[in-house]
Amino acid sequence: MKTVITSTGNTLTSPFDKRFGRAAWYCLYDKITGEKIFYQNENMNARGGAGIKAAEKMVELRVEKVISGDFGPKAKDLLDKFNIQMVIIPDDGLTVKDVIEKLQ
Amino acid sequence: MPRRRRLRRVVAPPGFRGYRPYGVNKGSNESIELLYEEYEAIKLADYDLMNHQEASELMGVSRPTFARIYESARRKIAKAFVETNEIKTVYGNAWMDKNWFVCNGCYVRFTIPKTVKKHNCPICSSDNIELLKQ
Repeated sequence: MKTVITSTGNTLTSPFDKRFGRAAWYCLYDKITGEKIFYQNENMNARGGAGIKAAEKMVELRVEKVISGDFGPKAKDLLDKFNIQMVIIPDDGLTVKDVIEKLQ
Repeated sequence: MPRRRRLRRVVAPPGFRGYRPYGVNKGSNESIELLYEEYEAIKLADYDLMNHQEASELMGVSRPTFARIYESARRKIAKAFVETNEIKTVYGNAWMDKNWFVCNGCYVRFTIPKTVKKHNCPICSSDNIELLKQ
């Protein structure tokens, strides 16, 4: 079961990013192995279609759940199509680590 | 009898229940009700930077109607700012293009894709979830 958490930095103590398509980093967390890998988002400053590209990346990584603060309309359609669960959490200054701990 | 209001398509509900000003000395009990479609209009136009034509097509209304929703949203927010009122989000005339659930334990909002069998909160695993509807 793979989960992606949007993050503003590439460490576990980085604050969680409220945006999906324009998040700085994606933290891929594998619940079974406990592995955490960070991927940089190359489309962070793209002019358009950041959401779609990010959603495509999620499909490529075979993610089953995405945790973010907000999803754009285009990203949502694609994530829906590939049956990826979207989770919107209210942001209370959480770090990536806090979110992972909540998952356990 | 006026014409029936078309339901506005909303992609995702706002991630909050409301906003409250702080550092205010007058204790105002009044609150502004911001409808989901108004939140969506602000989001599409000013956050996703769409033009009104694209945004109106996405919400399933005409461009002039979109402009009216957007204007009403801006005026409500301005009123809340100036009169230091609380903003609350209410459902309004919207329909969610996908079933969104809310967890009553941790206020997380989420979708449940077909492939997921369990109907519980993905964060705290609570069963106390509710379909977002009025």
